[in-house]
Amino acid sequence: MFSISAVPIDPAALQRRLADARAGACVTFEGWVRNLNEGQTVGALEYEAFVPLAESEGTKILAEARAKFDLLGAICVHRTGLLQLGDMAVWVGVTAAHRGAAFDACRYVIDEAKARLPIWKKEHYAAGTTAWINCATRGEAAGAPAAPPQF
Amino acid sequence: MINVRIQYFAILREQRGQNEEALATAAATPTALYEELRARHGFTLPADRIRAAVNETFVAADAPLRDGDRIVFIPPVAGG
Repeated sequence: MFSISAVPIDPAALQRRLADARAGACVTFEGWVRNLNEGQTVGALEYEAFVPLAESEGTKILAEARAKFDLLGAICVHRTGLLQLGDMAVWVGVTAAHRGAAFDACRYVIDEAKARLPIWKKEHYAAGTTAWINCATRGEAAGAPAAPPQF
Repeated sequence: MINVRIQYFAILREQRGQNEEALATAAATPTALYEELRARHGFTLPADRIRAAVNETFVAADAPLRDGDRIVFIPPVAGG
């Protein structure tokens, strides 16, 4: 299950949905808003999504993870709206009989989500300026292979 | 000419100054349409850094546009 959420993510509720007597492993990932990016002090973040395409692409990513790894369950939720430092921007949870598949699948889902979902991030800096991330006029194209994750 | 509807997000929404517009265009592909709009509105991102979605599905930059299409230009993404 993939979804875009305009309200705060409730990780405990999501994890309960993954409950499965066959599962020996549950790996979760939380992406948080941090206070520094490329040397600038960040005060808040704004996420915007093209919701129908983000949800169909996110659903596709979860299906790929299920096809590649021996999973029992997979959920990903991504926030939109104005987020403050420490807020959860994204949550991924996967279950499997064994931990190897669960770790690998969780990593796959977050890496693909970052590279492929039509979601944009605007950083609000302490200095009062703002910037859409990756949208300076030099750099990677949309949908390009993911840069090494930097959480 | 075909009539299309364009929805804008993120940096393109801000540079356009509105969320969406309806347009009659002679552009045959998403790239041609983006170049037309870029010239008109001064979008800073070059066409090769924009992806396109038509009717809520990713399409190739040279996919044919049809009357009634709903187009979204997708600037570089930054989820997570």
